[in-house]
Amino acid sequence: MGVKLLLDKANVPGIRTYEVYRREGGYRAVEKALKEMTTDAIVEEVKKSGLRGRGGAGFPTGMKWSFIAKPEGVPRHLVCNADESEPGTFKDRYLMEFLPHLLIEGLIISSFALGSNDTYIYIRGEYAWIPDILEEAINEAKAAGWLGKNILGTGFDCNIHVQRGGGAYICGEETALIESLEGKRGNPRIKPPFPAIQGLWMRPTVVNNVETLAAIVPIINMGGDEYAKIGVGKSTGTKLISACGNINNPGVYEIDMTITVEEFIYSDEYCGGIKDGKKLKACIPGGSSVPILPANLLLTTAKGEPRYMNYESLSDGGFATGSMLGSGGFIVLDEDQCIVKNTYTLARFYRHESCGQCSPCREGTGWMEKILQKIETGKGEMSDIDLLWDIQRKIEGNTICPLGDAASWPVAAAIRHFRDEFEWHVKNPELSQTSNFGLQHYADPIHVPA
Amino acid sequence: MATIFNDTQMTEFKRLVARYPEGKQKSALLPALHLAQESFGGWLSTESLDYVASLLQIEPIEVYEVATFYSMYNLKPVGKFVFEVCQTGPCMVSGSDNIIDYIKKTLDIKPGETTKDGLFTLKLVECLGACGYAPMMQVGKIYKEHLTKEKVDSIIADYRAQAANN
Ligand SMILES: Cc1cc2nc3c(=O)[nH]c(=O)nc-3n(C[C@H](O)[C@H](O)[C@H](O)COP(=O)(O)O)c2cc1C
Ligand code: SF4
Ligand code: FES
Repeated sequence: MGVKLLLDKANVPGIRTYEVYRREGGYRAVEKALKEMTTDAIVEEVKKSGLRGRGGAGFPTGMKWSFIAKPEGVPRHLVCNADESEPGTFKDRYLMEFLPHLLIEGLIISSFALGSNDTYIYIRGEYAWIPDILEEAINEAKAAGWLGKNILGTGFDCNIHVQRGGGAYICGEETALIESLEGKRGNPRIKPPFPAIQGLWMRPTVVNNVETLAAIVPIINMGGDEYAKIGVGKSTGTKLISACGNINNPGVYEIDMTITVEEFIYSDEYCGGIKDGKKLKACIPGGSSVPILPANLLLTTAKGEPRYMNYESLSDGGFATGSMLGSGGFIVLDEDQCIVKNTYTLARFYRHESCGQCSPCREGTGWMEKILQKIETGKGEMSDIDLLWDIQRKIEGNTICPLGDAASWPVAAAIRHFRDEFEWHVKNPELSQTSNFGLQHYADPIHVPA
Repeated sequence: MATIFNDTQMTEFKRLVARYPEGKQKSALLPALHLAQESFGGWLSTESLDYVASLLQIEPIEVYEVATFYSMYNLKPVGKFVFEVCQTGPCMVSGSDNIIDYIKKTLDIKPGETTKDGLFTLKLVECLGACGYAPMMQVGKIYKEHLTKEKVDSIIADYRAQAANN
């Protein structure tokens, strides 16, 4: 059993309620932070912990906090990103549904450290039952004196508000989220200015993921140095992984980042192996935006070393032979899955979610979807594969926000590693409609287009 | 259906607006649209959009541009129960195609259509954050997960019974 810092109490009956959460040691971190620590000391502890943003980009949280501007007389805001819409990712939902007080506790400490008197949780609109759970936790915390005016006699006032989104993946991008919180379309802003200088209502703003903010609680309780001892290298602490696809035990797992990918997939403590005794074909290890890897490159790096479930190891080899930890959405595909079809559904997703501001993303995602659909339905030509490659390359890096990259990478990686499967579709327009390419390519050398 | 909030709805609307600083009431637009959609029959007519604009003291166009951007706002009438079935990668590899086909066949409608009795609308949607519990769909505020054909049958039967009792 690995160390658990977030989900250690998840199975305690009634942990959703204030009473049980408090009895189990909850809100100790708020007491410690507000009574014994200065705001600078809290930021310092978070820096020492090595915590990296759990929303996907992995930016060091302590550093992000230290960037917030503090102009005299201008309110600052903390915004919790609970938009969680990256396909394969459902870990924040788990935290909010089952451990709402852990998030609220983390939010109070973080709001104090950043000087946010009004903190907002922006939650995807489809999680329609969760705002009630969060608001109940907020009301309980308020009744117990952890929120509201002059908390613990420190003079610090804080309220937490929950806002539902309207259904748009792009609102997970922090500046689109801010626009949406202002009651507008979710069009990402051009940076700079960064939110830390001009964010919500042009005020200094920090946007952090749900899991990042929950992790503040163990960091304060145990101290940044102790937290940093868990894990390896720059992958400190624990990470929530939401595992799905063709595995025996889909669900949300907390791992310390020292276990191998192989152990994560095959051990009964985690995924429990591939469903129905089938073989592993491929995996998207960090949410739909990160490169898909064939089984051989997933389990071992190109150097032949075992791959680990952490930031560095999953990205070992760069995009040529590696991937990313991303949001922790771990999608497993068995031998019967079609890479072309899977890539097509993801391309459709990104076309649907493009906000439409930048031509390369707006047009390119549509073209990629159409070409992939053509290949998938047996109408593709060989030149389509190169065309796809060309389009994704022209989107990547040429857009306002990273959604363009996020749409390109899955297509690029699918062609990079599974080009023969795309070619098989083109060459076998009829057969490909009734049967699958399967594992034939499994042991093939890696295809790296020039 | 009258496009005016009743007292309970108006209290909720005021609570939503009170969460934002003075002069930033436009921030309440997305939640206000959810409230309007729930209050006015599951969809947003032009009258409903204009009503929300007037309550928030913003231009109708500011409401239209938002209502058309986000996927959860229905700008056309929908059935009493809307089946929003996820079709993205993780659900697809877990068999969502079969469930979608089965619902189409059972209700005899295509995606985007409503059954003749006005009870069910089928919508295909993208990832709802339930990938580990696939195949799945959202109906109103709830998620129906680990769908099988049998489960779909019983869900449909339950809603039919619910509608008959009302
Ligand atoms: C298209 C797109 C979607 C994103 N979706 C999310 C999301 O759903 N949740 C999230 O926390 N971060 C998401 N992000 C990352 C945020 O922009 C931001 O980096 C993050 O919320 C910062 O928090 P962290 O540092 O705690 O990870 C997304 C980014 C992009 C470009
Ligand atoms: S990259 Fe796509 S989603 Fe991002 S701003 Fe441009 S058009 Fe919008
Ligand atoms: S892919 Fe269907 S819920 Fe995520």
